[in-house]
Amino acid sequence: METFFQFFNDQLILIYLLLFTIILGFEVISKVPTVLHTPLMSGANAISGVVIIGAIILLRQAKPDDYLTLSLGFLGVILGMINVMGGFVVTDRMLEMFKKKKR
Amino acid sequence: MALEFFVNLCYLLGAIGFVWGLRLLSSPDSARRGNILAGIGMGLAIVAAMVSPMSGASNNYGWIVGGMIIGGLIGYLSAKRIKMTAMPQMVSVFNGLGGACAVVLAYVELIPYYATESSMSTGELGMVMFALLIGGVSFTGSLLAFGKLEGIVSDNALVLPKHHIVNIIMMLASFGLGAYLTISGQSAGIVLGTLFMVLALIYGVSFVVPIGGADMPVVISLLNSFTGLSAAATGLIYNNQFMLVGGILVGASGTILTVLMCNAMNRSLLNVLIGGFGGGGATAQAKARGEQVAKEVSLNDAAIMLYYSRSVMVVPGYGLAVAQAQKVCKELDDLLESNGVDVKYAIHPVAGRMPGHMNVLLAEADVPYPKLLDLEDANDALKNTDVAVIVGANDVVNPAAEDDPGSPIYGMPVLKVWEAKNVIVIKRSMSAGYAGIQNQLFFHERNRMLFGDAKAAMGNLVTEIKGLG
Repeated sequence: METFFQFFNDQLILIYLLLFTIILGFEVISKVPTVLHTPLMSGANAISGVVIIGAIILLRQAKPDDYLTLSLGFLGVILGMINVMGGFVVTDRMLEMFKKKKR
Repeated sequence: MALEFFVNLCYLLGAIGFVWGLRLLSSPDSARRGNILAGIGMGLAIVAAMVSPMSGASNNYGWIVGGMIIGGLIGYLSAKRIKMTAMPQMVSVFNGLGGACAVVLAYVELIPYYATESSMSTGELGMVMFALLIGGVSFTGSLLAFGKLEGIVSDNALVLPKHHIVNIIMMLASFGLGAYLTISGQSAGIVLGTLFMVLALIYGVSFVVPIGGADMPVVISLLNSFTGLSAAATGLIYNNQFMLVGGILVGASGTILTVLMCNAMNRSLLNVLIGGFGGGGATAQAKARGEQVAKEVSLNDAAIMLYYSRSVMVVPGYGLAVAQAQKVCKELDDLLESNGVDVKYAIHPVAGRMPGHMNVLLAEADVPYPKLLDLEDANDALKNTDVAVIVGANDVVNPAAEDDPGSPIYGMPVLKVWEAKNVIVIKRSMSAGYAGIQNQLFFHERNRMLFGDAKAAMGNLVTEIKGLG
């Protein structure tokens, strides 16, 4: 229990951020109408590509002769980038089609 | 100092871009701007990650830029080339790759850790295990979902006897091993760590195996939220608030969609995951098969019925997507509108294979979105509708959900098409829908069947109506 108290006290700002983001996320997204469910999912999916930031940091910190980390980080960047680029482009293509007026 | 400020500012603006972008996504008029704004946020964060000051970093920019170009090209080209009807598959794959990225990042942390070249607090180690587990489930689960949607893997393939028990055991084993690894620290060793990752990957497959057909929207939203949470966990490992915020937002959106989809079917998440339908379905089916005969309608009669009506409600389902009939559907719509018929569309939340599937499909055919009514509005409008046309939908228009307590879909909110003055069901045969139950609507006094492929049948209707005018 002591360790938990310690953790809570040390990471207070992080816990605030975590909880407020959860609340904000639910508030912002719960207003999305049915028409936009697919673009929302697809757009959120693109955002989940933020893992690429981790892959970039990993590669920058890797030693130039540590080929295992380099190749795994390289793989991470490729996977993350497909997710980011593909996600945003596909969402844009969908939203392009949503028009209000006839022709 | 100035550089560090710039980096942190980029991350901050990037996070605001995400939140604001998602907010703009909640209205059709601003949605496109919202997506672009979120994209800009991501771009800013990538720049920040590239230039942020790091002591003793060897940078390896060649590897990073090379990977970004390769990944960017693959992502861009596949997103541009994919057919709109294959959209659910594409979203699944992209989602799975994000999960895979999180798995790679988490595993990389374990290699030096178990070689005692680095150290981690129990909290960090727990986050690594969490990212490995749900990132892994999201990766292989999404790939299997892709296979099912693409038709490579059939819905019933790979299902083991008592599959839900297998799944429960695997879930407990994953949680147990993850907790053990978190507590035991470096003494556990890389072999056990690797085993845990493999277990997560297998569990992902096993998790999605029993779920199929109409339950796909639920599982896709859920996997989406998993990828978000694994990204958030990776953010905690790297002590990067931006990744944390992005991941949590995705987790929230995925969770909301999952809950919405479950509510639309009046089923609990657990029920969907276990692979709910079936069992009780048999009795309802047996009851429905009596001496009942569904009445057929000729093409000519159907055309006349539509041509002389004041209002028509089209109810699309997955069959519309399979037959790729959205364009001809719009053609029929235009033709009727030009003859003064008011045409609307009734969209059930779980029609299709992903949340909002029908909306995207009809948008592709240039149907303006104000013509699409959601469940409540459509049910109000149906009372004053002359003809309801059901195209490729089945369970979402089954009256058993309202009046047969023995039916497995009893209690699920449905489109009450039988309240319209006339109903035409366009369908290939009398076969049952995903839930495996016969539809009493087919035998309803106001219903007429128009047998045929959705695309061909509607094409014929267009020709027939043109002949009338």
